[in-house]
Amino acid sequence: MVKNPYLPFKAKILDIKKQTDIDWTYRLECSLSPEWGQFVEVSIPGVGECPISISDFGDDYIELTIRRVGKVTDVIHQLNQCDNLFIRGPYGKGFPIPDFYDKHLIIAAGGTGLAPVKSIINHFYDHPDKLTKFNLLIGFKTPSDFLFKDEIDKWKDNLNVTITVDRAENDNWDGNVGLITNYVPKINIFKIENVRVVVVGPPVMMKFTVQEFIKLGVPEENIWVSFERKMCCGVGKCGHCKIDDTYVCLEGPVFNYTKAKKLID
Amino acid sequence: MGYKFTTEEFNRLLSDLKKQYRVYAPVLLKGKGRFSDTDVVGYGEIQNIDDVIFTQKSYFSPKEIFYPISETMFYFTEDEYREPKVESKEIIVFLRSCDINAVERLDKIMLENGKEPDYYYHRLRSKVKFIKIDCPTSFDSCFCVSMGTNYTDNYSASIHSDNNGLYLCDVKEDINGLFSSYGTFAEFKPLFVEENDFSVEVPEDINLATIAEHDLWQEYSSRCVACGRCNTSCPTCSCFTVQDIFYEDNPKCGERRRVWASCQIDGFTDMAGGHSFRKDKGQRMRFKVMHKINDFKKRFGMHMCVGCGRCDDVCPEYISFSRCVNKVSAAVQGVNNDG
Repeated sequence: MVKNPYLPFKAKILDIKKQTDIDWTYRLECSLSPEWGQFVEVSIPGVGECPISISDFGDDYIELTIRRVGKVTDVIHQLNQCDNLFIRGPYGKGFPIPDFYDKHLIIAAGGTGLAPVKSIINHFYDHPDKLTKFNLLIGFKTPSDFLFKDEIDKWKDNLNVTITVDRAENDNWDGNVGLITNYVPKINIFKIENVRVVVVGPPVMMKFTVQEFIKLGVPEENIWVSFERKMCCGVGKCGHCKIDDTYVCLEGPVFNYTKAKKLID
Repeated sequence: MGYKFTTEEFNRLLSDLKKQYRVYAPVLLKGKGRFSDTDVVGYGEIQNIDDVIFTQKSYFSPKEIFYPISETMFYFTEDEYREPKVESKEIIVFLRSCDINAVERLDKIMLENGKEPDYYYHRLRSKVKFIKIDCPTSFDSCFCVSMGTNYTDNYSASIHSDNNGLYLCDVKEDINGLFSSYGTFAEFKPLFVEENDFSVEVPEDINLATIAEHDLWQEYSSRCVACGRCNTSCPTCSCFTVQDIFYEDNPKCGERRRVWASCQIDGFTDMAGGHSFRKDKGQRMRFKVMHKINDFKKRFGMHMCVGCGRCDDVCPEYISFSRCVNKVSAAVQGVNNDG
């Protein structure tokens, strides 16, 4: 008997945290035990289905940070605690976390790119002894686009966190201003061969940030990125996320840069 | 084993088969042509063997029989859902060598790609048996010989019409003993096309980065109108989009469907939030052509394109896929020669 991978299951909304006006984090009741960096297909019957990366997870919950930008997410944002979302997954290949042990890990995240790596940051925040050093570079468009404010404040206590905004606008902001790429060369690196880099964000941000790390001398094979594509089925059939002979939903969304750089949309 | 049938004998065989099977073949769809009062050859259920069109290539491929254009995945009410039932009858399809090869390609993506087979495809596909229509000669725009898909032995029976009421079959699987009981033994070898009017040279060693930037795609940027006919007529195109609909009278009930999708049509890569890829139609052509003659083979060991030429037949802008492949071939050679 072939099982039907397209049937979703019901997951109760345990909590909703409003990070910005449009980015809300939903904690859902379910035990999926995903890998770091995997995604799920989230749906509301009658509205539609969309791929969302898992921003955090525990034994009996997952968290999804959902930006209100489309048909499905518009309706998700109308739901309340104790309502249900429909889920299937987890799908895709995540980050190779054990490869980062005993290394100097640098995570560069732009905007919502912080969501798929948040669980990794929390993992190493809780287990600082597993890394020799940990740097976190976070970029947002403006101070009002901040995600995970409480957690960032928590991370700042124990981690090297650099936060920058593209534009300060009129907000009350006395921190860094400028693109994330400007802050890559400022990271203190002792042994370049020990550095492992994760870059997640909009395509242009990933492209230029990776270039900065390569300029510093980080070998391509020590850099990982995560792709966002239109994963309609999540199981390697629908074709929307195909790039060359690669299916982002199967071999990605996390790719080593040696592979990612060859992918031509 | 070869058998010959008169029309009457074959119709008796068909009427027995139809007790257990739905039998599909290329038929004349009256008034369904591109222009008013014109017909087109497409797939439909047949009542008797005279319904089958042997002398023309079908405009549409047989894939719609077991991979429907629109398919309900489940019906839902407020918080419950139910899968649609599937008919208990099995399926027999009359189709040509290229199309049998094409189904083998669909199987690769739908059954083998990823961790598990596609549930909906599998449940219809596992009911299908093939009757191979002989191709005594090639049609316009066919290039199956170049693609190596002019031959197949993956069929229950082959059928050759002498266009005069006599049918010759090469039977590999005597379904329910019907071929041997209605037919007369005859020495017969199935016919395959050995030569097409047009041949295609599929390039090897394509450097994707170089070829994507080549100016050969520019002409398609202006010629292609992104109608997607090449995809819908293709026997190997398999992309789909999932859509939810709800019933007007009760918006809490509805169904989730999947419908065929096209990499040539706007919106194929659009993501919520505004990012999309391949806005240029020339690059969409590049994406499609590379899938058919490069990417698929890297993944599954065989080219996706089977050389049926339907995409050339249906294009309203007279864009030729096969000629494009030859242009790519020349470009690849040029690039390689330039070092």
